[in-house]
Amino acid sequence: MSSLSGNVPELPVIVEGRVPAAQLDSPSRVRRDTLRQILRSPTFVIGALVTLFWVACALFGESIAPHDPIDESFEASYVSPSWDFPFGLDRNGRDIVSRVIVGSRSVLEVAPAASILGVVLGSLLGLVMGYFGGWVDNVIGRVIDAILAIPLIVLAILVLTALSASSEGISISPLKLIMVVGLAFTPIVARTVRSAVLVERDLDYVQAAKLRGERAPYIMLAEILPNVMGPIIVELTVRLGYAVFAVATLAFLGYGPQPPTPDWGLEIAEQYADVSLAWWAVVFPALAIASLVVAINLIADTVQQVLDQ
Amino acid sequence: MTAPEASAPALALRDVEIVYRVRGHDREVVRGISLTVEQASSYGLVGESGCGKSTVALAVVRYLPRNGRVTAGTVEVAGRNALALRGESLRRYRRDVVSMVYQNPGSALNPSLRVGRQLNEVFELRGAKRGEARERSLAALREVNIGDPDSVLRRYPHQLSGGMQQRVIIAMSLATDPSLLILDEPTTGLDATVEAEVLDLIAELQERHRTAVLFISHNLGVIRKMCSRIGVLYAGELVEEGPTEQLLGDPRHPYTVGLLRCIPRGGLDKDHGRLDTIPGFLPPIGVPLPACVFVARCGLAQEICSDQKPPDYVVGPDHHSRCHFHEHAQELPRHADPTPARNGEAVDRERTPLLRVDDLSKTFHQEGREIKALAGVSALLWEGETLGLVGESGSGKTTFARTLLGIVEPTSGTVQIDGREMPARLLNRSSADVAALQIVFQNPDSALNRRHTVRRMLKRTLTKLASISGRAADDRADELVGQVRLPERVLSARPTALSGGQKQRVSIARAFAGEPRLVVCDEPTSALDVSVQAAILNLLVDLQATKRTSYVFISHDLGVVRYLSDRIAVLYLGRLMELGPAETVFSGPHHPYTEALLSAVPTIEGEQRVRIDLEGEIPSAASPPSGCVFHTRCPRFLGEICVAEEPPLAEVEPGHLMRCHIPIEELRRLQTTAPGEPALTP
Amino acid sequence: MLRYIANRVALGLVSLLLLSMMIYAAAQVLPGNPGRLVLGREATAGAVEEFNRSLGVDRPLPVRYADWLSDAVRGDFGSNYTDGRPVTDDLIPALQKSLFLALFAFVICIPFSILAGVFAAMRRGRAEDRAITVTGLSLAVIPEFVLGAVLVTVFGPAFLGWFPGIAGTLFEASFLTKLDSLFLPALALALVLFGYIARMARAGTIEALDADYTRTATLKGLGRRQVLGRHVLRNALLPTIAVIATNMGYLFGGIVAIERLFGYPGVGFLTLQSATIKNFPMLQACVLIIGIVYFAATLAGDLLISALNPRIRLTRQG
Repeated sequence: MSSLSGNVPELPVIVEGRVPAAQLDSPSRVRRDTLRQILRSPTFVIGALVTLFWVACALFGESIAPHDPIDESFEASYVSPSWDFPFGLDRNGRDIVSRVIVGSRSVLEVAPAASILGVVLGSLLGLVMGYFGGWVDNVIGRVIDAILAIPLIVLAILVLTALSASSEGISISPLKLIMVVGLAFTPIVARTVRSAVLVERDLDYVQAAKLRGERAPYIMLAEILPNVMGPIIVELTVRLGYAVFAVATLAFLGYGPQPPTPDWGLEIAEQYADVSLAWWAVVFPALAIASLVVAINLIADTVQQVLDQ
Repeated sequence: MTAPEASAPALALRDVEIVYRVRGHDREVVRGISLTVEQASSYGLVGESGCGKSTVALAVVRYLPRNGRVTAGTVEVAGRNALALRGESLRRYRRDVVSMVYQNPGSALNPSLRVGRQLNEVFELRGAKRGEARERSLAALREVNIGDPDSVLRRYPHQLSGGMQQRVIIAMSLATDPSLLILDEPTTGLDATVEAEVLDLIAELQERHRTAVLFISHNLGVIRKMCSRIGVLYAGELVEEGPTEQLLGDPRHPYTVGLLRCIPRGGLDKDHGRLDTIPGFLPPIGVPLPACVFVARCGLAQEICSDQKPPDYVVGPDHHSRCHFHEHAQELPRHADPTPARNGEAVDRERTPLLRVDDLSKTFHQEGREIKALAGVSALLWEGETLGLVGESGSGKTTFARTLLGIVEPTSGTVQIDGREMPARLLNRSSADVAALQIVFQNPDSALNRRHTVRRMLKRTLTKLASISGRAADDRADELVGQVRLPERVLSARPTALSGGQKQRVSIARAFAGEPRLVVCDEPTSALDVSVQAAILNLLVDLQATKRTSYVFISHDLGVVRYLSDRIAVLYLGRLMELGPAETVFSGPHHPYTEALLSAVPTIEGEQRVRIDLEGEIPSAASPPSGCVFHTRCPRFLGEICVAEEPPLAEVEPGHLMRCHIPIEELRRLQTTAPGEPALTP
Repeated sequence: MLRYIANRVALGLVSLLLLSMMIYAAAQVLPGNPGRLVLGREATAGAVEEFNRSLGVDRPLPVRYADWLSDAVRGDFGSNYTDGRPVTDDLIPALQKSLFLALFAFVICIPFSILAGVFAAMRRGRAEDRAITVTGLSLAVIPEFVLGAVLVTVFGPAFLGWFPGIAGTLFEASFLTKLDSLFLPALALALVLFGYIARMARAGTIEALDADYTRTATLKGLGRRQVLGRHVLRNALLPTIAVIATNMGYLFGGIVAIERLFGYPGVGFLTLQSATIKNFPMLQACVLIIGIVYFAATLAGDLLISALNPRIRLTRQG
């Protein structure tokens, strides 16, 4: 037992007050319970399975696909679904099953990277804005307000067009897409993180840190950041869903891979004109996009619910 | 539904058990309570956090949260079976038979509706038409002493002060002449003088309407003032119950005895006695407990206590106790050593004062208005001394603390530590300066970073303030943790795994890491239970005795301030009204404001001072009254001079400063003979 | 409150100004050489220079920006690179068309979303709530064009044939015909909006249901319907109004894809078209107009909220 200096009589160690529920359920137990809750939730399971499926397709597409996605040798065009070609053939006579499977790649190359870029930059910006407040917050806030006034798609069109203006046509590399979408995410992530930081900034432990001479960078990164990781992780999962959304839409509008690369959005754009003749060429890629986007958001929703508790 | 009998008690609980369902398991909150509140009487339910007192109230009005339910027992209100009511009968029950008043009056009113609309609703529900309802609303507001009821009706809740909001709620509750009025901590959070008025109002209305009152609070002083019977709750059981004076004078349950010993009473101060503490923990909700729920913490416990559940022993007329050893309850051995820490060692006033504050002022600018949060506050504090800071909202005590620490820059005035002037801004202060002035915050939850371990927090503080790192820091952290009487395993825990009391000890350890000269204690025990508070106060006293640290102790609890402080400063609207030795400030002669403040606080001993009513509300800091800022409410208002001239802060007795035009001899005479009367013209 | 309004308007204008600068910079600086763009690779350097001079792009950037801005404020957004016609010739009718479509989408969406959100809140935690929440969540993230494509496939000429697949140009068509052909695109937009609005309505209602003042109202003896109608809803719907206002602006993102899908010549379609042919004055103007619509909508929302929220409308008096 440690000693007390001076002539104060030594008293036994007292621990008093109410045992918090957290001690009744120790931190590791709470973590385990939380994890179990996540894993048991049906929405999470469905979301995770579907997402994993598409990731597998993106990684091993060619091995899984029954045919070569750009093979046009099947002669016929617009063949409705049959045993040989469960999703049918498109206008150029290409197998849609293969195109859908391999088409996942172009989306999944870009979306995660763009999300991470956006979240990292946005978090740093949000930390700075929330912590310093004052004119820093105001000025950056106005710029963010301005950028957020434009929907992401429109902004992306403007910037991507401007960037590729010198060449004929539009050739958009995945890297450009990652940069543009990632930077476009930064303002909204910054806003979310800023709100969380504002709450933390007023708590006494920040004051206590200042009262031991800590400087701003330390306080932002070592004190506040760990406490806003929850919202940041939720943002990451939500942004991932939006990234898929955005990339697919941009591809549909022509800002993505060029033919004959299989891509869901591009496929819909190409085949849409004849939708009354061949619905399968449009519906299956559409369902693919929808399924991936919804799956990611189910995961995001479950994570958010659990972290909210 | 049977018609209510004429003589049925207002509330009769029989063996009521309530559980909450948490994460799939049922947790017992109320473990079998029986009590009776007779018609037109007042019953006080007392207990610490988690004892179930609020849950009982919610069950009576049938507003338990979705995961709560009554699993056993009966609840009868004015003869009706409250648990069996449904639909229309439940609505009528809530409308006519029972009313409830809560803490936080501001949030109890709908922010989007005018007060009038919300008050009229009560009468409209009983069939009144628009005009008639309005008339009755006006009458109801007049009954709660609201001077201008018409304008209040037209306002929105956020435009009223806290005290005013609570009066409106009380008016709404009593408007229907309910048989039972439940009050759950109705004055917690209100200023002392406002609280006193609201309590007086409740007492007056209760008499007039002949309503039975169930008063729930953790504050024994308030309960004593308001209730004729008390029930003490512990871990969901009623461990003792009886007439107020009898129970408080002759407690017959070890928990009650322990609780009463925790509270600084009867002018006790740290040099003459030590607060006792109750060992162990308050049990968490829903944990299965042995036969006697208190056995784990009881100094009188024997084997029988774990095996046989104590029945309700009768220990006096209408006085029960659930203890096998109720006859020996008051012989409960003390848990904390009664030897005072300092043994009367005097504070050495010959040396340079540790803290010197000269004419400190701070004016804030908000929306074009000037708010004088502090005006010309000066003070001296020596080593090893505690300065108690007392004041209501707007008094400037928080601003004072912040200015001392450098968090807020004063508009004028200086702060000196050990004769050295402190730079006004924290950023300009050296490490040594920063280490010399530390703080213990009020809220233990927000004071510690939830994501850091205790070890990390302490080591970092040691590195920054004491330039100790590595192995040496580890050792020192171990030492610190022991000094605040926490076990070593706390070091690897995060704050979420600690109780309120433990967290506050960690805060104290952190404050002392850099060997501070002065520690500001900003309401350090206000967020803690009474039994925990005593231990923390003892700890602070011990640390002061060994390290000769000085404290600036801020609290709204005058009993605690009196216990801890050597000297006391009374602030009103940013001005220092009085500064002097604790005893003098408390017993007199003292400033008229101090006099009124002291008379407003309900104590366990009961009414010892004549109540002085302060008229009106605390003025806004943006437009303070001219001359003496207290003159608008001063019961000893002299005349013109008080309006025209601000009295200087003068030393009316050695070591006793006061800001009042009335000479001290006159005050002494007035306060011993005729309290509450205005002074004669000078 | 007047000060509050003035404040919001001022902030909006500042942001709008910043936005115009950013748009102009993006459209004029990034692409580089408009003459080369329009005249193509084969044109001579002299011809390119001549063209650039006629457009005035050889002047310094701030001057060009100032000119453009002062013209824009007066309603002149410049002329197309391609055919020299004033931008506003095509922009104004396109804007009208898009606003019509947007309003249609809102009219379909708002009543259902609010009802669904409030209903879900009242059945919190139960099956109906989960169903509505998950549906809303899913719909909110599906790209509008995907929904549009599926809707057209099912309800359009291919299967059920209830609605046409193209919105086309309907200059003199009757109101009903317009509604008929715009129904599917509006529905696609509305379904996505449903997710956001229903979710906010639900959250706002839950917060209001859990509030202390709801407890007070219930314990006064008010019936469930009265508590809901008089006390809960007015507080619950305030944040929903904010969401509706901001989504008015975000709608225009989805509108680009929807108008492309249905061939509807609104602002979205125009944006895409001008981007494809590198007609930067038009592109600038479209993006700016979209920004202006967003600011106008959020300002309107702010004003509505402050009118309804007494805490903003009135300050604390004595």
